[in-house]
Amino acid sequence: VCIHRVRSCSSIRFIKSKYVCVFDKSAFKFSHQQRLFRTSAVSCGQIVQFKLSDIGEGITEVTVKEWYVKEGDSVSQFDSICEVQSDKASVTITSRYDGIIRKLHYSIDDTAFVGKPLVDIEIDASKGVASEEDVVETPPMSHEEHTHQEIKGHKTLATPAVRRLAMENNIKLSEVVGTGKDNRILKEDILNYLAKQTGAILPPSPKAEIVPPQQRAEAVPAAPKDKARKIPVPVSRPIAFAGKDKTEPVTGFQKAMVKTMSAALKIPHFGYSDEIDLTQLVQLREELKPVAEMRGVKLSFMPFFIKAASLGLLQYPILNASLDENCQNVTYKASHNIGVAMDTEQGLIVPNVKNVQVCSVFDIAVELNRLQSLGSAGQLGTSDLTGGTFTLSNIGTIGGTYAKPVILPPEVAIGAFGKIQVLPRFNSKGEVVKAQIMNVSWSADHRIIDGATMARFSNLWKSYLENPTSMLLDLK
Amino acid sequence: MVLQSVKNCLWLPCVLRTPKACFWSTAGGGLIIQSVSNDVYQNLAVEDWIHDHMDLEKQQVLFLWRNSPAVVIGRHQNPWQECNLRLLRQKNIKLARRRSGGGTVYHDLGNINLTFFTTRKKYERMENLKLVVKALKALRPQLDVHVTDRYDILLDRQYKISGTAAKLGRTSAYHHCTLLCNADKFVLSSVLKSPFKGLKSNATPSVPALVKNLLEDDPSLTSEMLLDAIAKEYAMQHQIDHHITLINPADEILLPGISDKTKELQTWEWVYGKTPKFSISTGLNMVYKDSVLDVKVNMDVKHGRIEDCNIDLPEQWLPPGLYSELVKGLTGSKFCPNEITALVTTLLRVCPQDDELHSRWSLLCENMIRLM
Repeated sequence: VCIHRVRSCSSIRFIKSKYVCVFDKSAFKFSHQQRLFRTSAVSCGQIVQFKLSDIGEGITEVTVKEWYVKEGDSVSQFDSICEVQSDKASVTITSRYDGIIRKLHYSIDDTAFVGKPLVDIEIDASKGVASEEDVVETPPMSHEEHTHQEIKGHKTLATPAVRRLAMENNIKLSEVVGTGKDNRILKEDILNYLAKQTGAILPPSPKAEIVPPQQRAEAVPAAPKDKARKIPVPVSRPIAFAGKDKTEPVTGFQKAMVKTMSAALKIPHFGYSDEIDLTQLVQLREELKPVAEMRGVKLSFMPFFIKAASLGLLQYPILNASLDENCQNVTYKASHNIGVAMDTEQGLIVPNVKNVQVCSVFDIAVELNRLQSLGSAGQLGTSDLTGGTFTLSNIGTIGGTYAKPVILPPEVAIGAFGKIQVLPRFNSKGEVVKAQIMNVSWSADHRIIDGATMARFSNLWKSYLENPTSMLLDLK
Repeated sequence: MVLQSVKNCLWLPCVLRTPKACFWSTAGGGLIIQSVSNDVYQNLAVEDWIHDHMDLEKQQVLFLWRNSPAVVIGRHQNPWQECNLRLLRQKNIKLARRRSGGGTVYHDLGNINLTFFTTRKKYERMENLKLVVKALKALRPQLDVHVTDRYDILLDRQYKISGTAAKLGRTSAYHHCTLLCNADKFVLSSVLKSPFKGLKSNATPSVPALVKNLLEDDPSLTSEMLLDAIAKEYAMQHQIDHHITLINPADEILLPGISDKTKELQTWEWVYGKTPKFSISTGLNMVYKDSVLDVKVNMDVKHGRIEDCNIDLPEQWLPPGLYSELVKGLTGSKFCPNEITALVTTLLRVCPQDDELHSRWSLLCENMIRLM
């Protein structure tokens, strides 16, 4: 089907309807329609009143439920314009033209009539001509590839925007598999084709992204510390990507995080890091895992870390305290409500295990399981998320060694664990042995905590974990 | 004779080269397919896929599917208005929004879904429903079933056993309907009742109806028998083999792009964010220290997000700074209990550490979250 374009910028011409540029044969249906002709010197297009076509079943009126375009938007042929509903049937109205929307004849919830104008579209004749010129200028691609578009006897449908993208990236449309309606080549198809060529992995589409919570509730690992951890594939962007910046307002939960973290900044942090040899703990956990499973509970390393922290806090209660706003009073909290950082779709949330000081390691494991499944289901309650006094973050399940965690007000300390690595270390006999090494990074509020206190607490915590049997002596 | 599964590898090369008309081609003008999955999102995605990619000019398609417990709302409906969301979450019943219009239905394995795919021109709902009734009568002639002009199928002249909805695109269209064989009526009626008061919206409302299962009239029936009878009638009318092809909605090779469609149907933006604008005007009855506070809450929700919000608290019940932080935080947030819980608990970290204040805050927030 040849395309006739009309240059009518400078003169007012009465154009016979059958020469007006449209792609499919149905254009001839419109030859009897009335057309409005714009005569301004600024725009070269003509306004077409796009009427609501027959819905079938003798329906004469529908309700407009959603607009996909607004006045001033440019549309391509086959783009969706709006959604209308009639008697349990939802109908997607698509555009017959390429052009710019100049007027919407109805608002949401209005009744629209079949046969009456739905939108006014300005068909921009000059734009169409420009794209043909682009084809001539691009040397490697033959002019024929883009205008004839015959693939094995099938005509390729692609909107001008998609064709331009293909041209910019020197892609032959005949080599791209179209996944749109009627085999249309969509922008995604071009991008997929590009990704295959450059070997790059495309970033996931922004709107359809869901990260399954199981993969991201990292603070309570089941077995990822050992071996089968997923290494994230680095996302590299394909070359010549015609992307645009996207600005979104900071809303909801993110706004709250902004506030919390800004408040955290006011706390003078100091950091203290150390290395822990978890060889014995790894072995102990292997022995206890089946016992816990028999009781229906998944046992990770966190219950041990949490219990050891609580035992340490009994000796150094200032780390479980809170400083008031004016820094006048320090409140030593009686309960050890130890928070566990969890990564969810919303972002970082920190549910806490209440009263760890009176819980056994198994009790903590049970509670962690409960919090984790609620967290993945997005059903954590306010009581689970408030009242924390001390926080631990197991960022090592995702990766990393050292961290600089930020204290969550109104607490005064926080600890972050890196991943467990098998590293060579010297034992007491001077021999090199395999050791399971993990790094811990603490941050504390230097207004009331000093380095010595933090160091001593860390040493105590470390000794409990390096010699797990010593915990037996102090377990309450 | 009844159900045959055919994994026809010959189709695949055809699919890869021209992912259009030529695959699944059978002799004759029709094709009957059945989903092996009971996942409502996967099955809705198959409908989308067929609607977008198949050429229905040469052959029409009948798609048979069943879902594990799920509530399915129409394209332009309001889930808060249509069902008891808290009960759904408790019972782990999925919530899906389909692309066709119409009202809310409850699906479980005792309900069968039929989708009739045709070109836009051949879209004809009455014919499809008459086909279903004919099939039912052929199976059990004593069943008193008929089609109403609202496109419902009634049993014994008063009980609704089938609801209908449709989607029309540029070149193709589909009409789907439910059929109650042996669904759990108790769960159905409890989840489809919304406890929400004070909700004002222009979303399509559902029309509640008395329902009955076909098995109540004839306990010898099973869902499989009904599916088969309908397939048989369809095959007869389209002059094709009575042969049902099983398809797996997770098969990305057979249905390229299906996993993206499935994912999109599960996003919050689609399920909740597509709710037409609505407003809430309700009162929270909060019991606080031996007295009951009646707190009026007004909110406007657009695209599933709180656009505007006002909570009428007694003066100084919350420090004004904190109240404005709450309102600022709520504005723009999703009208979703998970997001608001995360928001309010995080805000609690930066307010004065006062037990009294904390308990008031928790009380207010928990009551508000219960609305969602």
